[in-house]
Amino acid sequence: MTRWLDHLLVFPVVLPLVAGAVMLLIDEQHRILKTAISIATIVALTGVAIALLGLVDARSTEAASASVWVYRLGDWPAPFAIVLVADRLSAMMLVLTSVLGLASMVFSVARWDRAGSHFRAMFLFLLMGLNGAFLTGDLFNLFVWFELLLAASYGLVLHGSGTRRVKAGLHYIAVNLATSLLFLIGVSLIYGVTGTLNMADLATRIPQVPAESRGLLETGAAVLGIAFLVKAGIWPLSFWLPSAYSAATPPVAAMFAIMSKLGLYAVLRLWLLLFGASSGASAHFGGDWLAFAGMATIVFGAIGVLASQDIARLAGFSVLISSGTVMAAIATAQVGVTGPALYYLVSSTLGIGALFMLIELLERGREPGADVLAVTREAYGEDEADDLLRPDEAGVAIPAAMAILGLCFIGCTLVLAGLPPLSGFIAKFAMLSALFGPPGPGTHAGVPPLAWALLGLLIVSGLTTLVAMTRAGIRTLWTGAERTVPRVRVIEIAPIIILLLATATMTVQAEPVMRYMQATAAALYAPQGYIHGVLSAPAGRGAPKKEGS
Amino acid sequence: MELILSLAIGTLAGCGVWLLLRPRTFQVIMGLVLLSYAVNLFILGVGGVRLGMPPFLAKGQTGSVAQFADPLPQSLVLTAIVISFATTALFLVVLLASRGLTGTDHVDGAEPEA
Repeated sequence: MTRWLDHLLVFPVVLPLVAGAVMLLIDEQHRILKTAISIATIVALTGVAIALLGLVDARSTEAASASVWVYRLGDWPAPFAIVLVADRLSAMMLVLTSVLGLASMVFSVARWDRAGSHFRAMFLFLLMGLNGAFLTGDLFNLFVWFELLLAASYGLVLHGSGTRRVKAGLHYIAVNLATSLLFLIGVSLIYGVTGTLNMADLATRIPQVPAESRGLLETGAAVLGIAFLVKAGIWPLSFWLPSAYSAATPPVAAMFAIMSKLGLYAVLRLWLLLFGASSGASAHFGGDWLAFAGMATIVFGAIGVLASQDIARLAGFSVLISSGTVMAAIATAQVGVTGPALYYLVSSTLGIGALFMLIELLERGREPGADVLAVTREAYGEDEADDLLRPDEAGVAIPAAMAILGLCFIGCTLVLAGLPPLSGFIAKFAMLSALFGPPGPGTHAGVPPLAWALLGLLIVSGLTTLVAMTRAGIRTLWTGAERTVPRVRVIEIAPIIILLLATATMTVQAEPVMRYMQATAAALYAPQGYIHGVLSAPAGRGAPKKEGS
Repeated sequence: MELILSLAIGTLAGCGVWLLLRPRTFQVIMGLVLLSYAVNLFILGVGGVRLGMPPFLAKGQTGSVAQFADPLPQSLVLTAIVISFATTALFLVVLLASRGLTGTDHVDGAEPEA
């Protein structure tokens, strides 16, 4: 391998950091320059992420630990210093982040980047934080990345200002600051018991924790888990999410769709690594809680989707349904279900991201809050600062705007409700068929009640999403004589179409994508490859030494 | 020493949680500050409470874990302090913006109906 390729793993963090810092130095007047740099950065990030995914996937034909790519920051061996680790899951999340980031950034060029200052810098720092959090192999480093991306997201949620955003932002920041403190308590308790913060090292030490310290360890893990569940928006820790997401500007809300997935990623990574089947007395610690919390989230999200009169809130609640579905599917702790759950995670994130951006275009031709009942309209705040931003400048407007917007809306509905022919259907179908029909003879020993409950919830949540989206679609696209046909520019509709095309590609290429997801799930349930890969990397630099505390 | 430390953490955390649940934004921010103090002390505590122990080896000395304070929690606390300081400052700005835009210091941006 060349020298450059060795350092490929650090680029997802360094690129946006440098570009974001450069953004701060360039004056806001040089819009074209700043836009060009930021889009070029995200395109490069996408390239790096896809290259990483390809490399990690190609290596996996060798040993199990070879599919784990470790980058030692400062070249210290793994248990002592922080490492960046790319395995299949991380690489997949990186690709998802950068694709969504690219779409949001292109979308924001049309008008939203002018709604406040330093939009691009904050956006790039958010990407840096997300990429770092997906790559890190150290628990405290994960906390630092969380804080970095949250700091950027605090700025982004307030982007565009206005009373509604500040009110929602206040709650969002307060909730996340309190959550960060829980995160710290959890991390320090785990450190106090095990004496290490490296995730792979933790996984080797947890089976050896003596019985009298186990309570403390599990307390720490539970507190840490609560912090992740708040980020993922799992009921009953999710009341902040719909209002914060619906108040944020559309490109930001689209990015937030992946921030809630970060909490799921952390649970998926740490729960299976630290409390997998091989972790001794604590194996599957808290699994039932995760399952019930996930299913409760689906219920809450499904009711919320039906109850919301505003499409942005509807999209916020569909984030909850998506989180809950992934969480409940992970908590079944079956390899066969986790693979489709990952597929669902990617597909629903793309769908929700597209929906958040589409909503703004749909709402453009209407008076603010037109679909909120007249009774509640006053309370809704008609003095939206966005109105000041209505652009009049020239731009290539697309023909047949309503038809294209309508088609995109149908696409989002299909993905989110899980109807054929788009990827949402394949994801749900694969999850359910894995729950009920494990391949191989002799496994028909009855279906557990949990699987029945999950089946019901998945179908009902799909139905309620369909009902709510249909209602919103009829109200937005078909009725309302007072509406004017919105003027939609190519640069605004293109990202939405690209995201939807990505889900269509996932449908057409379902077999290789699903194979990748299944391999990811299999690697997550056999963490020895990850542990060995981290603790012995890179080969030929001497055996790793154990920390002697 | 352990007793004093745990009482201090408990008092700070208790006051912090109570303030965090109050309806005024300034009380919330004070609650977050107190909670972060409690958490910082807590992190320092998980490394083991040892008085007068150096965190590093002196030159030419051979180390024994029993004679040294754990340096890692101290560095974690440093990071946590910096981060909570920055986020508190940011929250303060949002608090002021909310006060300016809504004209009230209630966390929901509006006084509850009496």
